[in-house]
Amino acid sequence: MTAPVAPANPGMVTLTIEGREVIVPPGTNLIEAAKTAGVLIPHYCYHPSLPVAGVCRMCLVEVEKFPKLTPACATSVGEGQVVHVHSEKARDARKGVLEFLLINHPLDCPICDQAGECELQDYTFAEGRKDSRYMEPKRFNPMEDFGGDVLYVPNRCILCTRCVRFMDVVARDPVLNVSERGDRAYIGKFEGSDLTHAWAANVVDLCPVGALLSKDFLNKARAWELDRAASVCPSCSQGCNVMLETRDNVVVRIRPRPNAAVNQHFACDVGRMNYRWINRRDRLEYPQLRTAQGLATASWSDAINAAASAISAAARVTVLASPALSNETLFLLGRIAAHVNATAVMTVERGAEAPLPGVKDLSLRAERAPNHTGAELFGFTEVISPLAGLGANDLLIVADAAGAVGAIPDGVRVVVIGTVLDETLRATAVVALPIANFAEEDGTFTNLRGRVQRFQQAKAPPAQVRPSYRVVGELATTIGAGSYPALASDIFASMASSVPAFAGMTYRSLGLQGTMAALPAGVTA
Amino acid sequence: MGYPHPSHPRETPVISKYFGDPEARTLAGWQKRGGYETLKMALSMDPVDVQNIVKESGLRGRGGAGFPTGVKWSFMKPDGKTHYLTINADESEPGTFKDREIMRWTPHQLVEGTAIGAHAIYAETAYIYIRGEYTEPIARVQEAVKEAYAAGILGANAMGSGKRVDVHVHKGAGAYICGEETALMNSLEGRRGNPRIKPPFPAVAGLFAQPTTINNVETVCAATHVLKNGADWYKSLSSPTNPKSTGTKLFSVCGNVARPGNYEVGMGFSMKEFLWDLCGGPPVGRTFKAIIPGGSSVPILTPEECEVAVMDYEGIQAAGSLLGSGGVICFDDTQCMVRQIARLARFYAHESCAQCTQCREGTAWTTKILERIRDGQGTMKDLDTLLEIADNMTGKTICVLSDSCATPVVSGLKKFRHEFEAKIPKNRSQVMIPSLTAAVA
Amino acid sequence: MSLHAMAPEGHDDHAPYAPVFVGARRTELDELLTRYPTKMAALLPALWMLQEDRGWVSEDGMAEVAQVLDLTPAYVKGVVTFYTMYHQHPVGRHFVQVCTTTPCNVCGAEDVVNTFLKETKCGELGVTSADGRFTVVEVECLGACGFATPVMVNEALVECVSVDSVKDLLAGLD
Repeated sequence: MTAPVAPANPGMVTLTIEGREVIVPPGTNLIEAAKTAGVLIPHYCYHPSLPVAGVCRMCLVEVEKFPKLTPACATSVGEGQVVHVHSEKARDARKGVLEFLLINHPLDCPICDQAGECELQDYTFAEGRKDSRYMEPKRFNPMEDFGGDVLYVPNRCILCTRCVRFMDVVARDPVLNVSERGDRAYIGKFEGSDLTHAWAANVVDLCPVGALLSKDFLNKARAWELDRAASVCPSCSQGCNVMLETRDNVVVRIRPRPNAAVNQHFACDVGRMNYRWINRRDRLEYPQLRTAQGLATASWSDAINAAASAISAAARVTVLASPALSNETLFLLGRIAAHVNATAVMTVERGAEAPLPGVKDLSLRAERAPNHTGAELFGFTEVISPLAGLGANDLLIVADAAGAVGAIPDGVRVVVIGTVLDETLRATAVVALPIANFAEEDGTFTNLRGRVQRFQQAKAPPAQVRPSYRVVGELATTIGAGSYPALASDIFASMASSVPAFAGMTYRSLGLQGTMAALPAGVTA
Repeated sequence: MGYPHPSHPRETPVISKYFGDPEARTLAGWQKRGGYETLKMALSMDPVDVQNIVKESGLRGRGGAGFPTGVKWSFMKPDGKTHYLTINADESEPGTFKDREIMRWTPHQLVEGTAIGAHAIYAETAYIYIRGEYTEPIARVQEAVKEAYAAGILGANAMGSGKRVDVHVHKGAGAYICGEETALMNSLEGRRGNPRIKPPFPAVAGLFAQPTTINNVETVCAATHVLKNGADWYKSLSSPTNPKSTGTKLFSVCGNVARPGNYEVGMGFSMKEFLWDLCGGPPVGRTFKAIIPGGSSVPILTPEECEVAVMDYEGIQAAGSLLGSGGVICFDDTQCMVRQIARLARFYAHESCAQCTQCREGTAWTTKILERIRDGQGTMKDLDTLLEIADNMTGKTICVLSDSCATPVVSGLKKFRHEFEAKIPKNRSQVMIPSLTAAVA
Repeated sequence: MSLHAMAPEGHDDHAPYAPVFVGARRTELDELLTRYPTKMAALLPALWMLQEDRGWVSEDGMAEVAQVLDLTPAYVKGVVTFYTMYHQHPVGRHFVQVCTTTPCNVCGAEDVVNTFLKETKCGELGVTSADGRFTVVEVECLGACGFATPVMVNEALVECVSVDSVKDLLAGLD
């Protein structure tokens, strides 16, 4: 179309989008190029993690010297191009697309789960027609259960085919198709083969409208009632970046948060569904001390002191920690263990590995714990029987690992630092210190490749529960294993200055995408 | 010869010379008529020389777009990659049935042209994609291919040239859009017949992601004659006044016309003479009301516009329409244009592949409005809406099916607006909406 | 009348599915596969074979085609539903397709369709007659516009069918 122009910036392409100069690598499409200039080109079918389809025609933009409008998703940048996103021609084209998309749409936003986070709603509000010129009967197709966690509402579908392309190219399990053609087309599947792939529920997030819905989340909350916190999925050692969404201090949904280095835009179904435990009501809510009548509520200072005394009095100490605790807390537990020469152990639950074939190094990992690597870095060794060899006058510190404790040998004294007390621990604990779960505090996990990633507090802890790093930090200070600050970020800084793998890291430098730790030889997950 | 009518003296039968001659269908009969001599010659030539002769002849694609064939072939370079030739025999543009007759009467003409085309683009494999409804043409071409293989014309050592030429017939399954070249490639690959976004263009990554050329049936047949008789001869068949449109063109004539059928005339033929002399004008006692000159996707012309038009790419464009595939659809004075344009819109709504929003929704919506007007339930506002929808459907989609639906609506409303207005009850502003239960059922 | 009852002879959709691609058909398919660089390219031809043998393309049939071509049944179904010539339900012994697109429409094709519906006693488009002999559908452009109205009866195309010739045409069918 245009003669080759010498690049203004060698190795890069320089162009103008909405009057702003943009410099991007060759081959970048116009949507991504515009993003770098802070310009959103409205689109539906385009998704950065999927192959380009170019079918919704929403991203038509005006490029000077091009004979017609061009789809930004399927157009590579060209040297010296001048792109108009908000010209009258481009806006009219989008207005036309929006009208076409809405003619058969039920306009049922008031009862649609997607309302509030619906791109059809958003763009219509921004640049759609105010009225409808459509006077014919609307197309109607019944809802269909697609299996897995997915419900299909065809009347809202805009046939962007993101779901089909995801199952086809990313999950490599083509169970969805476009069936029929013309305005009779819909997303179809074959009777008997459902969306049972371990990563299938991503189609719900990929759907830009309310056509694919999560059955689990159905009618639970409106999007605008939700509070969101950036977090890391605790379900395995992959460390998928997620968003914890809460309503009234209750986690109601986990959704992936993009991180190109870890999970692109995806999260597996196991991770998505594994949130109910975060909201459990039978929590350890107050510090408890053993009295003649059994466990009784005590003050935090009495409880910490009692725990410190128990540790000092013990001949041998074993620290059994959960690999689901944060780096900060495990670091402090490691300090306590080192101070009293304790054995530091953990158990790791394992399950079936379930990769997402279309994304490199992304899988639901066999080790179902988010901080296996971190725990190893802080000296915790994986064992099968953590209580083996324990006897009278030995002390066992159970740090959020209630599930790993079997029958406790006679004479072993138990200090619990945890979110819950089960029957065994309730019967044996001399002191129990209630801690927040990962959704109730700040912290970091180290994933299986050594990426250190922050998670942020999403909800308030119940009653007198305190963040785990603060409880363990106070305990460590009390037994004389050092002096530790009260904030997660400060503990992290202290950890970074003393543990070489984390050297130079701060919360600020981690950002929300994380950075790689320098794993010493021998530490692998 | 000629089929279904004997050739008119003013015709120039080149491709259609043996229409109606059953003997020409067989290999022996075809060879008796000089068949496969051109292929033998072509196989001994450098492909570049074949490309150049065709380039020189000015032959343009006969499928509808009119791209110069020699230039298209020259995009294919000897790059060591597997090349494919695909013959588009998915003739499905309403009003067009020329390739059908080529395949029914002279299947070897197509096989020969296909083999020549394959050689010209450095391809060893060619696929002839024939629409599924063409049961007889499929059988004829399959038989011809079989005969050609048995005679050593096709295969590992085509006509003793030492070159491999394989030709396979692939049967479509009912989809107009597969006549669009990238949709055809998808269909051949075993996919839904969805047009692809370009780039990449077929010459770079086409069928099975390899460099591919797609030619219409008539195009490769014409190319054979060009090669046989030379570029100058081909150019001499058409009006010397327009060097951009050369050779002969098969026109299919149908609808309300005295002698429907295929006619082969030199480019630049007078449309007046064509319609009224060759085709015999409108049926007895009637007059023409409208003519669509190039298949249903091109703008509608009035008889007055046709009377002064010249039948070549530029001439029909000058008259306000397009040569397209050469399918001439005639409407006489008894036809209701609202009804017929609504029927055309329904065709496109039925055939839309469902990819692009404008096409999927726009073709169906246009049809619904037109059918409502046809049934006396329209409003004046509907006419404006139709034009705005048509504008939103034009130039915005992957392929031109959407545009093709809008075209007859726009030209129909421009030229026959009075017929639309006559269908609209006076002073109507409210619309009666069909009952919802009926729509849901 | 249930679909089952309308199914062409020997195509009881409750009977266990007997595979199509065995013996000679399998050999034919294998030969076909040599023509294409991918297995997927043989999908349309394989579906044609299925329909030739069974009269229609059932879900079981789609599953078999998917299996022999290393595709998923959902993929095959997406393709089947795109093309109008694959029957997704059993049809009558004589499947009558009448072209009613514009060029034929102006020549009176709609009257021809109505005559077929009446004479075959199908009554409605797409409905198989009670005796299982006929299914009549409208079809978009058969590409024989100069021979209005063209009608396809199974694999055969009949040119220039008029309201008056429908009866004779039907009389020649069993």
